Amino acid sequence: MDDALTLQGERLSSRLLLGTARYPSPAILAESIRASGAEIVTVSLRREAGGSKAGESFWSLVRESGAKVLPNTAGCRTAQEAVTTARMAREVFETDWVKLEVVGDEDLLQPDPFGLVEAAKILISDGFRVFPYMTEDLVVAERLLDVGCQVLMPWAAPIGSGRGVNNLFGLRALRARFPNVRLIVDAGLGAPSHAAAVMELGYDAVLLNSAVSRAGDPVAMARAFGLAVEAGRLAHRAKPMTPRDFAEPSTPVLGRPFGE
Amino acid sequence: MRIEVNGEEREIAASTLAALLAELGYVELPVATAVNLAFVRGADRAATPLREGDKVEIVSPKQGG
Repeated sequence: MDDALTLQGERLSSRLLLGTARYPSPAILAESIRASGAEIVTVSLRREAGGSKAGESFWSLVRESGAKVLPNTAGCRTAQEAVTTARMAREVFETDWVKLEVVGDEDLLQPDPFGLVEAAKILISDGFRVFPYMTEDLVVAERLLDVGCQVLMPWAAPIGSGRGVNNLFGLRALRARFPNVRLIVDAGLGAPSHAAAVMELGYDAVLLNSAVSRAGDPVAMARAFGLAVEAGRLAHRAKPMTPRDFAEPSTPVLGRPFGE
Repeated sequence: MRIEVNGEEREIAASTLAALLAELGYVELPVATAVNLAFVRGADRAATPLREGDKVEIVSPKQGG
């Protein structure tokens, strides 16, 4: 069954996107990427002291993984910070893809929808392919599509919280409202069952980091998420049965011994 | 002259952004730069003068989610 995901013109066989932060070691990161099957990994830019080779060695590890990179603008608080960070990332990582994050609330790391739309508009007119990290708000989604986003990335729950889906209705409504837009659930997932659940809702892909990197065994968890995403996707395509309140015998009733 | 590099004030001899990168040991490393919140391309660093009080950002690849 050909069920490839096309993202911004790129054909992908895996529907799991993986973050690269907070792994116990670079070797475990590299092995986790492999085990997850992810073909896209997120990366960032940070200040570094002169003479340090840390950035260079991380970048070569990512390149060796063969994965395509999706740089983020994590931690940016204004549209201007995010736009400048995206431009710096485009030069260093040689990609026009950007996971656009504009933080609006420090405690929840909740996206600032106003800054997000403003930055997305500037970046798209500058040739970027923008993957906006957003809440599940339908109106924000509409505005982001209006300025030219082709992919939307609603959260399931706050970054790094591992809570799973906070607003199931909201995610279902977003999927139903924009049936033809690529929707990726990004952030807040903790267990593979959470990933399977959003894939069953019809989400196109899942992006996560801490759920793998903070697990007791990140490599095994990476594989578990890869399988869960695939299972959820298959289940969505197989059209799950409709739930009902009362039992309905699965074994035929006709011909039951001792019957009337 | 005194400028701010990655949030830290320092006294520097360089008068251009390219010279600053050389002075601080960033040559041949994968870095990107911004001056006063505006992105400066690698190709433009030699022609980007620095002035007293400028805020320079020098960033490099890092793990991210």
